[in-house]
Amino acid sequence: MDFTIIMRAGLATGTILLFAAIGEIYAERSGILNLGVEGMMLLGAMAGFSASLATNNVWLGLAAAMIAGGVLSMAHGLVTIHLQADQVVSGLSLTFLGTGLALVLGEGLTGKTPPLVPTFDLPLLSQIPFLGPIFFTNHSLLVYVGYLFIPAAWYYIYRTRPGMHLRAIGEKPEAADTMGVNVYRLRYFYVFVGGCLAGLAGATISLSVSPGWYSAQTTSGQGWIAIGLVIFAQWDPWRAALGAYLFGALRRAILDLQGPAILLGFTNPLYINSNFGFFLQMTPYILTILALVIGSRAAIRNRLGAPAALGIPYIRGERGL
Amino acid sequence: MTTSPAPKRKFSLPYTLIVEKRVEDTPRWLPAATSIGSVLIAFLIAGIILKQIGGQPLVVMRFFFQATFGSWAVISDTLVKATPLILVGLGCTVAFKMKLWNIGAEGQFYMGAFFASLVVLLPMVSADASRWTVIPLMMVMGMIGGALWGFIPGFLKARFAVNEIITTLMLNYVAILWNNFWIFNAWSDAGFQMTPQFMRAAWLPRLTDYARQYPTLSGMTLHLGILIAILAAVIVWWILERSRWGYEIKLTGDNKEAARYAGINISRNIILVMMFSGALAGLAGMSEISGVVHRLQERISPGYGFTGIIIAWLAKLNPIAVIPVSILFGALIVAGREIQPAGLSSLLQGIVLFMVISSDFLLRYKVRVAHRS
Repeated sequence: MDFTIIMRAGLATGTILLFAAIGEIYAERSGILNLGVEGMMLLGAMAGFSASLATNNVWLGLAAAMIAGGVLSMAHGLVTIHLQADQVVSGLSLTFLGTGLALVLGEGLTGKTPPLVPTFDLPLLSQIPFLGPIFFTNHSLLVYVGYLFIPAAWYYIYRTRPGMHLRAIGEKPEAADTMGVNVYRLRYFYVFVGGCLAGLAGATISLSVSPGWYSAQTTSGQGWIAIGLVIFAQWDPWRAALGAYLFGALRRAILDLQGPAILLGFTNPLYINSNFGFFLQMTPYILTILALVIGSRAAIRNRLGAPAALGIPYIRGERGL
Repeated sequence: MTTSPAPKRKFSLPYTLIVEKRVEDTPRWLPAATSIGSVLIAFLIAGIILKQIGGQPLVVMRFFFQATFGSWAVISDTLVKATPLILVGLGCTVAFKMKLWNIGAEGQFYMGAFFASLVVLLPMVSADASRWTVIPLMMVMGMIGGALWGFIPGFLKARFAVNEIITTLMLNYVAILWNNFWIFNAWSDAGFQMTPQFMRAAWLPRLTDYARQYPTLSGMTLHLGILIAILAAVIVWWILERSRWGYEIKLTGDNKEAARYAGINISRNIILVMMFSGALAGLAGMSEISGVVHRLQERISPGYGFTGIIIAWLAKLNPIAVIPVSILFGALIVAGREIQPAGLSSLLQGIVLFMVISSDFLLRYKVRVAHRS
């Protein structure tokens, strides 16, 4: 129950959720709800692991993971953008497809050891008392990339012209179309970006945070938690990051709670009967639900909410919203 | 602004696809045809993938049919797997009709199984109670368990506008862990991760129970659950197509605003439909433990709840069509137990679902090939 250890673990596992959630924010901001995150993550985890193993090069592994996630997401893009299918059902099928593909292609990967993402201290920053050991010491490169990624994602969405186009096609696609923005092409692009980031999130698991290929257990529902986080975060990268890191820390704290025999002066019930651990394992899922309730209430209060065109196919020439 | 001249094409096909919106009604045969076509194309694609990774698709396909429809005994196995699928598929159908995305059938299934087990394990009946009291009580408890697990996301959606997709999904994990707690702990049978076997009165009658009179039935595990499931399909069909409540469900699903103006209480219906949907999935859980495993244990469902989603969609949300589609997927599960690699069945399900929703495009648009003028 060491605070530093819990925070450090939170940053590492939070990075997984961070990539997946920000990817999903991009897709949803463009108006396409992609529920296939879990499938894309698992395929990315498999592809990254497998490519890193085959080429003995972790960077090629990460690239393969992103491409795998991105290519898979294009199935969702085609079906929802041009064929105008229901985005919920298409996302679900993407989960099945990605999970199935990953399990079929990942046969026999268990127990192998590919090169992993390197970990290192950031010079100078790691010397800062208290914060240094938590944030800047002995983390994987992906964690540091995650730090830079949050402000970059925010800046892109709110302060750049392409970011404005992104918001426009998600809020009022027919208006964006009138202004000469290619709604279809951009939606494909952002679904692809979402897929790439979900793939990267998968590789973050298999090549960095908990290295290895454990078939469906590799992601164990984190893709769904990421989707929940997006709603909690109100489609904002900063809030998504906060949620992701908090969640990561919580998962670690839950593990650590089972260790000590005495907790806050009381006998630790988890120490005596480890079966109570099942209730602890429930907490991330229950907390996701609570986070959703909080997020949904805040949305109602601030009259904020999902991008207005989220889930609605854009059909050129038809009356819009 | 300068207008650039259209780029000259070096090469173009002499034919082009013309896509136009259907003005007239969709032909009645088309939805069924697209569903069947989707399944065939999905098998083809899965075959190609299998070939690519070094399998022998034709051998696997022949094996598939022999293992699932090759003899009366395996047909019985297929129908056993189809039973929970029909019930779960019906649950999804009801919810999807109202555009409520209940993807928590898996959790509702487990809670149904848990509550039904309470009848025997608590116990709620005496040890020598007759089948006529135990089975109906278990059915009711199973439905209560599922309905309770459907109520939570329904209430959260109706009251706080919380997205039901995530809540139902998260509750799946909670339900499985909850079951595990009891199986591993209080109800563990001598340390095994399962409860002791239920008494005979809690077993749904199976065909093999009548093997003494009719020796051919020996070994056939098909149980009464299949009749319950078919009856449920008819009831759901009646509710959706003939009752006032069904009309409200369909109207809300088609056009929420129109439903609101028509004075339909949408919040109440969200909760009720989620509970009804959950009750059907819970009944599936009851049928599985009472008809097949005869105890509560780990992994009683190989993902029935998720397969139910695909079944509902492939059946075009038609309760009667859920039955044949479930039998097909029951066959997939029976075959999938033996087909390697393990993910193949999930892959095939994903492709089927993609094909189905893609083919829906054909129901809304006419696509024809025309000569380029």
